[in-house]
Amino acid sequence: MRDKPLEILKGTLAHMALIGLAIALMAPFVWMVLVSLHPSRSPIPDIGKLVPSQPEWDNYRKVLFNPAMPVARFFWNSLIVAIAVVLGQLFTASMAAYALARLNFKGRETVFSLFVGSMMFAGLVLQIPVYLLIRSFGWLDSYAALIVPGIGSAFSVFLLRQFFLSIPMELSEAARLDGATDFQIYSRIILPLGKASLATAGAFTFFGTWTDFFGPMLVTNSTEMRTLEVGLSVYKNSYGGTNWPLQMTAAVVVMIPLVAVFLALQRYFVRGVLLGAGK
Amino acid sequence: MSSAAARKEARTAWLFLAPAFVHLICFALLPIAVAFGISFFRWKLYRPNPEFVGFGNYFSALSDPTFGNAMWNSARFALVSVPAGMIVAIGVAILLAGKIRGSAIYRTLYYLPSISSGVALAMIWIYVFLPETGLINTASKLFGIPDTDFLGKKEWAMWALCFMSVWTGLGPKMLLYLAGILGVPPSLYEAAMLDGATGWQAFRSITLPMLVPTSLFVLVTSTIGSLQVFTPVYMMTKGGPEGSTEVVGYHLYNEAWIQFNTGLASAKSFLLLLVIVVISVFQFRLMKSGMEGAREG
Repeated sequence: MRDKPLEILKGTLAHMALIGLAIALMAPFVWMVLVSLHPSRSPIPDIGKLVPSQPEWDNYRKVLFNPAMPVARFFWNSLIVAIAVVLGQLFTASMAAYALARLNFKGRETVFSLFVGSMMFAGLVLQIPVYLLIRSFGWLDSYAALIVPGIGSAFSVFLLRQFFLSIPMELSEAARLDGATDFQIYSRIILPLGKASLATAGAFTFFGTWTDFFGPMLVTNSTEMRTLEVGLSVYKNSYGGTNWPLQMTAAVVVMIPLVAVFLALQRYFVRGVLLGAGK
Repeated sequence: MSSAAARKEARTAWLFLAPAFVHLICFALLPIAVAFGISFFRWKLYRPNPEFVGFGNYFSALSDPTFGNAMWNSARFALVSVPAGMIVAIGVAILLAGKIRGSAIYRTLYYLPSISSGVALAMIWIYVFLPETGLINTASKLFGIPDTDFLGKKEWAMWALCFMSVWTGLGPKMLLYLAGILGVPPSLYEAAMLDGATGWQAFRSITLPMLVPTSLFVLVTSTIGSLQVFTPVYMMTKGGPEGSTEVVGYHLYNEAWIQFNTGLASAKSFLLLLVIVVISVFQFRLMKSGMEGAREG
C-alpha cells in the first residue's frame, strides 16, 4: 500500500520514456510521408508548414510512370523477384530442414555446420565469385540473376530446422507405421504444423529480398531490370539533393509492401526471432 | 535389416537435402574457394589474363594505408555501435518487460525501422542530419544549440552513422532481450527478495547473468553485421568527409567495382573474413568463461 504512489510514478516515467522513443523513431517516417505530398521541387518545408495545405497526390503518378525512371516497372521487377525467391527458398529450405531435423544419417552434423558457417562468415567474400558465376551463365541483367542466388538460404534452413525439431517425433513414427512415406509425412504433417515458422521464414526472406541492394546493383545495369531498392538509389543520385518531395514519394512506394507484410505477419515474429537465436 | 533401413533413410535424407545443398555448394562453398584462388592473382575483371602473384596481394593490402584506414574505421564503427546498440536494447526491453500497457504497440513501432528499406532509411536519415533544416538541428535550435553539419564534418560523420545504426537496428535485439528477461524464473526474484535484495541488486545478480547467452548471440551477430556495413555509407557519405567513414564494406566495393582490382579486393575480403572469424571465436571464449564465472559466483 505504502509504495502505490511510487509505482504510479515509475509507470508514468516508463511510459514517457517509451512514448518519447516511439516519437523519435517514427518522426522520420512521418516526415517522409508528409514531404511526399508537397509540390515537386519545393524546398524542405519548415516544421510548422509540414502538413501540406493541398496534398500533391500527383507526385505518385509522376514517380510511378516517369518514362526515364519507371518506378512502376521497378516495383513489378521487385514483386516478381520477391515472390519467386520466397516460394523457391521456402521449398528448398523446408526440404533440407526436414532432413536435418527429422531424419538420421551420417554426416548430418557436418552438413548442418556448413549451413550455419556459411551464414555467419560468407558475406562480403562472395561478391566477386558470385558475380563471375552469374556472368559465366550469361545471366547478367536478367531475372535469373536476381532470383537464382536467393532461392537457397542457410538462415531459413536453420530457422525451419529449429521449429521442425520441436514437433514430437511420435507423429512421424505413427504415420510411418501406417505406411506413409517421408514425402507424405513432410507435406501432410510437418508443413501444416509448421505454418507459423514458414510464415516467419517467408516474411524474413521477403524483407531481405525486397531491400536487397548490393547484389541486384552488381548484376543488373539496364533501367528495365532494376529492382525497386536499386531504382530508389538511382533516383536519389539522379535528382541530387534537390527534389525531396519526389524522392520521398519513391521511398514511400518502397516502404508500403514492407509495412503491409510486417503488420500482417508480425504476430509470428517474436517466435521467429527467438528460433533464429537457437532457443 | 536395420542397416538396410538406415541406408534407405540416409538416401531419403540426401534427396530432401539436395536442392538446398546443391545451392549452398554453388552459391557459397565453391565461390568462397574461387575467391580464395582469385586472391593470389593480379587481375582486372574485364581483362583476360590473370597473373599469379602468390601472396603479393596480401602484402599489398597490408601495406595499403587506405585499407588500414578502412579497417580502423570499421573497428570504430563496431566498437561504438555494437555496445551502444546492446545497452539501448536492454534498456528498452527492461521497460517493456514491466507490466506496461500497450507493450505490443511499442514493440511494433520499435521494430519497424529494422524491416525498412536500407536505401529509404538512408535517405530519410540524410534529412535527420541535415544542417539548418534537418530534424536534429531544428530540434536543437529550440535549445539554442548551434547548427552542425553532421554528415559533412569529419569529426561528426562516423558518430552520426553509429547513432543511426543503434536506432535502426533496435528491433531484433530488443525482442531477444525481452524474451531473455521474461524467461527468468520468477522464483529466483522471490528468493532474492526474501534475502532482502533491492531491485537493482536483483537485476545485477539475477537478470544480467541470465542474459549472458542472449548477449553472446547479439554480440557475435551484430559485430559480424557491423564489420560489413555498406548501404548507409554508400548512400549518405560515400566514405567521406576525408575518408573518415570509409569502412571496409565500402572500401571493398570501391576496390572491386570501381578500380576493378579483382584479385586485390579478394585478398582484402579474406583479411576481413579472418578478422571476423578471430573476433567471433574470441567473443565465444570470453562469454563462455563469463557464463561459468556467473554460475560459480
